[in-house]
Amino acid sequence: MNWQWFHRLGSPRWFYQKTSVLLPWLTFFTLAILLVGSVWGLAFAPADFKQGNSYRIIFLHVPAAFLSLAGYYVMAIAGAVGLIWRMKLAFVVMRSAAIIGAALTFLALISGAIWGKPTWGSWWVWDARITSMLVLFFLYLGVIALQEAYQSETTANNTSAILTLVGTVNIPIIYKSVDWWFTLHQPATLKLTQASTIHPSMLYPLLTMVVGFYLFYALALILYTRAEILKRECRTKWVAEMCGVDVNNKTSRT
Amino acid sequence: MSNTKFYLPAPSAAAGFVAMLKRDLLLSYRHKGELANPLIFFLMVVTMVPLGISPDPQFLASLAPGMIWVVALLASLLSMDVLFRSDFDDGSLEQLLISPQPLYFMVLAKVLAHWMVTGLPLTLAAPLLGVMLALPEGGYMPLCLTLLIGTASLSLIGAVGAALTVALRKGGLLLSLIIMPLYIPILIFGASAVSNAIDGFAIMGQLAVLGAFAAVAIVLAPIAAAGALRVAING
Repeated sequence: MNWQWFHRLGSPRWFYQKTSVLLPWLTFFTLAILLVGSVWGLAFAPADFKQGNSYRIIFLHVPAAFLSLAGYYVMAIAGAVGLIWRMKLAFVVMRSAAIIGAALTFLALISGAIWGKPTWGSWWVWDARITSMLVLFFLYLGVIALQEAYQSETTANNTSAILTLVGTVNIPIIYKSVDWWFTLHQPATLKLTQASTIHPSMLYPLLTMVVGFYLFYALALILYTRAEILKRECRTKWVAEMCGVDVNNKTSRT
Repeated sequence: MSNTKFYLPAPSAAAGFVAMLKRDLLLSYRHKGELANPLIFFLMVVTMVPLGISPDPQFLASLAPGMIWVVALLASLLSMDVLFRSDFDDGSLEQLLISPQPLYFMVLAKVLAHWMVTGLPLTLAAPLLGVMLALPEGGYMPLCLTLLIGTASLSLIGAVGAALTVALRKGGLLLSLIIMPLYIPILIFGASAVSNAIDGFAIMGQLAVLGAFAAVAIVLAPIAAAGALRVAING
């Protein structure tokens, strides 16, 4: 098997140039699908017979929650690739994924709280899923905090990659324990109406939004990574050439 | 003759483990003042609870299992920071890394020594605090048992955090930040076992799960901690 493509991935320059071609298309499709999904969901999907229009936040809440979970695994895989193959680009992706993942988890928590107020009558309840999301948010914050704490970039990358991997082992355990804890405590029955079968007229716009959020995640990840690459490589020749700076004429830049 | 090389035979991993354990226990024995600190912390926070909430025994009794567990967790967490700190500062950690002993067993020995001077005393002091918080009769035995198994897992997981933050000047608060989410499962099962026992339910399930956590942590946590120590030394 030819592994050349994999080693090319390690080159920030190669990544930057390839994504430059991809970026306009990705942006177009992301915006188009998000627009279609949100107009479909917010304007055309029927209102829920119990919750009325307030349920429509599901089109934001569920995709954000999906991506916050998937994002942790993107971060962990990037961290593992960085640790195993010493690939700097993977660490850049890991850092970007941590920030985007934390933001999406926060969005899922906030939108859940806003949805909970009219539905359950309170902003916050200690439901198993909400608690797990909060713990996931803490895990993201820990990774970001560890990255920020180190002056040396290599140490910051390696330590936070180890922490992400430790977190990966722990996430299923934490989820199961919180689930168990919830069934033990038996709080007032909370029935999420969407836990039952969802009607296709609501399901299709939701799926559209989920696809749109996946694309948005990819787009945000690529943009973050590109920005980080430019920041790191600002002194290299190819960046200077791209910006139209004459590298041989140093006096004009100083 | 000039081509011949002489090697000293490396001591076995078991001998290295025992030597490390003895060294760390001796070091903690020489700093007796620090030994008492987690216990005093444990006692003080438990004193704060009736002052801050209510001295009513019935109310305290319902609070006691979870409260003692949370405070034990915090006490164990606060003592984690020093686990590798002095070895990192005086360079013994580098010697450990280049020694022929597997780093896994060295870390395990250090964690075991640390648990013997923090987790074990906390477990033994817990019944006293149970009395102060009016813990119901049936809760004492389960409390000690769960703390005995649980603090071992806490020390092992905390060691990963201590290794990740050892190269930082001020790692203490960060250590709590990155480790506390990982402590949640142990807290859930530990505290629920105690309250179940008080209510007269079986607790073997929770004890088994806590034991499983400890087993997994013994296998995996020293690997992660050893990797983190290598990063701390080599960058």
